[in-house]
Amino acid sequence: MESGATALKRFRSLTMGGMTLPDYGFYVISAAAVVLLAGEAVANPTAFVQITVFGVADGAMYALVALGYTMVYGIIELINFAHGDVFTMGAYISGAILGAFSINENSFTAVNLVALVIVFPMVMLFMGAINITIERIAYRPLRNAPRLAPLITAIGMSFVLEGIMFMWKGPASIHFPDILPHGPGFQTTIYGVFVGFKDVFVVVTAIFLVALLAIFINRTRLGKAMRATAQDRDAAQLMGIDINRTIAATFFIGALLAGAGGMIWGLYYNNIFYNLGFRTGLVAFTAAVFGGIGNIPGAAIGGLLIGLIAAYSDSYVGSKWTEIVIFGILIGVLVFRPTGLLGMRVPEK
Amino acid sequence: MNPPAAATRRSLMARLRLRERIRDRDSAIYGILLLTALVFPMAAMYATGSTALVSQAGHAGTFVLLAIGLNVVVGFAGLLDLGYAAFFAIGAYTYALFASAQLGSSPLHHQYHLPFWLMLLVGMFVAASAGALLGFPTLRLRGDYLAIVTLGFGEIVPQLSYNLPQWTGGINAIGGIDQPWLPAWITGPWAGASSIAIIQGSTCRVPWSSTQTPCFSFSFDPIAFYVVIVIMIICAVILVSNLYHSRLGRAWMAIREDEVAAAAMGINTVTTKLLAFAIGASFSGFAGAYYGASFSLVSPDDFFFLVSATVLVMVVLGGMGNISGVIVGALVIYFVLNSLLPALPSSVESLANTIGLGSLNAQNGDWPGLAGETQRLQFLIYGLILVLMMLLRPQGLFPSRVREQEFKHAAVQEEETMIEQAHTS
Repeated sequence: MESGATALKRFRSLTMGGMTLPDYGFYVISAAAVVLLAGEAVANPTAFVQITVFGVADGAMYALVALGYTMVYGIIELINFAHGDVFTMGAYISGAILGAFSINENSFTAVNLVALVIVFPMVMLFMGAINITIERIAYRPLRNAPRLAPLITAIGMSFVLEGIMFMWKGPASIHFPDILPHGPGFQTTIYGVFVGFKDVFVVVTAIFLVALLAIFINRTRLGKAMRATAQDRDAAQLMGIDINRTIAATFFIGALLAGAGGMIWGLYYNNIFYNLGFRTGLVAFTAAVFGGIGNIPGAAIGGLLIGLIAAYSDSYVGSKWTEIVIFGILIGVLVFRPTGLLGMRVPEK
Repeated sequence: MNPPAAATRRSLMARLRLRERIRDRDSAIYGILLLTALVFPMAAMYATGSTALVSQAGHAGTFVLLAIGLNVVVGFAGLLDLGYAAFFAIGAYTYALFASAQLGSSPLHHQYHLPFWLMLLVGMFVAASAGALLGFPTLRLRGDYLAIVTLGFGEIVPQLSYNLPQWTGGINAIGGIDQPWLPAWITGPWAGASSIAIIQGSTCRVPWSSTQTPCFSFSFDPIAFYVVIVIMIICAVILVSNLYHSRLGRAWMAIREDEVAAAAMGINTVTTKLLAFAIGASFSGFAGAYYGASFSLVSPDDFFFLVSATVLVMVVLGGMGNISGVIVGALVIYFVLNSLLPALPSSVESLANTIGLGSLNAQNGDWPGLAGETQRLQFLIYGLILVLMMLLRPQGLFPSRVREQEFKHAAVQEEETMIEQAHTS
């Protein structure tokens, strides 16, 4: 045992040309993956680009969810298990509100456009309000409790949200109104690669939201307060920052993105079910870790990469292995490069 | 440290008679638990006339074992393990593979039928080595990263058993797993009992030699399994509480409280954490082998995240770090999940009938009837129970006395700072 621990230490501190051995491991594995993918790409370029298109669309949605995980973790070091269910809840609620409009699922009418424009901000604000309530009820009273207590309430809130959706619509998967423009007029085939309006819509919306978030975090007072609180809560408090308000704002913004993500998911796949958030949440969380947890650009990039990896694995390895590939990556990243891709590390508190 | 501080601390210890208190409450809980364990099967069989409750208690015992094991990892060493069910799965599959016809249809083309008692230990060691293998590269990471790695591992293991049907039976599960058996002479005093009877004319092969010996099989007798799990739990409690009071246990606590300080005191943090991880996993493997034998069926569905989360809830709710508390927590949560919630729909229905709201019970359009609605609400109710219990007792039902004092101390300190702030402003 003794020698094992020291061997590990030596392994980790071995340096060659300025990089440690685990870094080399990370680069070698990444390079191997890239080479294998390149082989597939050369063998059948059309299929490869097609898979990439789907992967990017998926990844955009994962990124929206991953941002919420990374922000909450960055500020209070809580793995917010309920976040995936906030995402699903966003899909359920937006589906229900959309159903109230006289939308047309066969062609894109003016009503569809109006419904889309109204429901989007509505569901985002609604999910934000729900998440603030969850934070107020389940996490804030436990701020000074042992660290596992809020984790258990997070699991509990996840069950509560899933229970609400289960009670509301039952265990079967339900249809989400297909109101985005689709069909022959709204898709194109470029060199054999199929691109629909939906793919473009998903990616553009996600980029727009992430850009807004970046501006908010970097340019506004509240954004600055959030960064300061994430860095050092006590010092931030001494500087006159209202910690409770800042944390609530973090939950609010995380839920805005998750709500939007849920709605986009529904619009894209037209099929949602009550425990969709569990798997999506785990994958999005992997994305957050992949990008370096606590790191906001990292979560966006991580989400995109995980979406791509999942798509490649679905087609080249087999979809039943995708989950194993994703979680294998999660473990591999943490072993070889615990700081994530972008290398930021949450300071030890 | 200056002498006066040390002196006041010692006097505080003496004033509160901390040691006596720790001994008192925990031994009371152990006594009650042991007595209940002895009386329960008789009472249950007398009251209901069947052994269904006893077999359920045996199943609850599996979770008690799991909670005791996870308590070593989470409660003692302070490492968050979110994929504990993976080690449970490893233990169960180890037994299932080597005590059923499964490997006969695998690429190995050879069946193994190793005895249960041997496989209990083998399952333990396999799970412990899996824990060590997983922990070795990751335990140097900070706590939350470990949680994430275990979470990923916990998802990978059942998924693997789905994806490798030629080895594990995949979605069809492994069935027909051997029951434990004992040589016939052990029945000695109970030879006349109807439930434990020697299989007429049966012989069991002794694995390490080719001799045959008359034997009796547990078959599906819940009483026999109940006795085994109670003995296993007692052994586990003795083992774990001895560990807790050993040098290793103190090292775990030191790491839990402050890893940097513990390392500075000369504790090898990696080895100590690795041991906690492996020992915790070994209990899970132990429980897994028992689980496989008692159900005679091992399916990948039994080991997903929900199981890990449930065991974690048991540990945190019972009172992290306190073995008796954890056992109570496991029993309470098991009761809520497997007796209270399933019984809720019918009891709500009869309640509605007695208070004159019987009309709600009828199924009507979208309304599935009161019982159906309660059935749907189960998940929600479980979640609410978790949140409420945590909000009301964040330290758990029976926290270890040391922790409880820490809590009080922290509360007092907070109050003092608040008073100070009020004075200064």
